[in-house]
Amino acid sequence: MRTTTATVTIRIPTPLRGFTNNQETVEVSGATVGEALQQLVEQFPRLKPHLFNDEGRLRSFVNIYVGDEDIRYLQREATPLKPGAELSIVPSVAGGGL
Amino acid sequence: MKIKATLLDQIRKHGEATYPEECCGLLLGKSGPDGNRVLALYPVENRHAEQRERRYTIAPSDYLAAERAARRQGLDVVGFYHSHPDHPARPSATDLAEATFPGYTYVIVAVHQGRAGELTAWHLSPDRTRFEPETIEIEPESASVDQT
Ligand SMILES: [Zn+2]
Repeated sequence: MRTTTATVTIRIPTPLRGFTNNQETVEVSGATVGEALQQLVEQFPRLKPHLFNDEGRLRSFVNIYVGDEDIRYLQREATPLKPGAELSIVPSVAGGGL
Repeated sequence: MKIKATLLDQIRKHGEATYPEECCGLLLGKSGPDGNRVLALYPVENRHAEQRERRYTIAPSDYLAAERAARRQGLDVVGFYHSHPDHPARPSATDLAEATFPGYTYVIVAVHQGRAGELTAWHLSPDRTRFEPETIEIEPESASVDQT
């Protein structure tokens, strides 16, 4: 059994579940947030354009949380993961009348 | 989308209460092959730092709280709503520039001189180039959560 990387859970936002066989959560293994996301889009390639832009960076409205913490205030995609960690994909919702 | 008239009234009232600033909130419900069904609202504060008369922001922490509240009720976040004070109920260039994932329903209510007017629903096209209109199907008030 491989124990080098943590198994973590990623919560999938409702409109993206069509790309994960309707799974609400996906289990991946990864030592960091970046590795976990990489595994997620390798497993479900149609998710990739929704999460990443053409340069391969997370889209500006896509926030990743580990538990209650925004990875922007941790170590971004290099944030290390403990086994059992729960990642959430959280959109920044904004707009206006003009 | 499908929604009860009382929930639409709550969106209108929220828009009137925050006028001249924009209101915003999340739509909780169920997502199915024939669209989103809204069963509850999760109003939040407009977190835009300035110019709230023509901009709104839902903080990611509020989204996360709404998602957890939805899950406790067996629901999901299926979309968002916001008001357009003294502007028509159609997506602005800013709305398109800030759009998130196709599949969410975006409800817009126009509020003219403090009174709610037209209310419309939209979703982002799969290629992210435009918002497409969604029909609003009014459900009877007695409709229950599990008869999807
Ligand atoms: Zn707008």
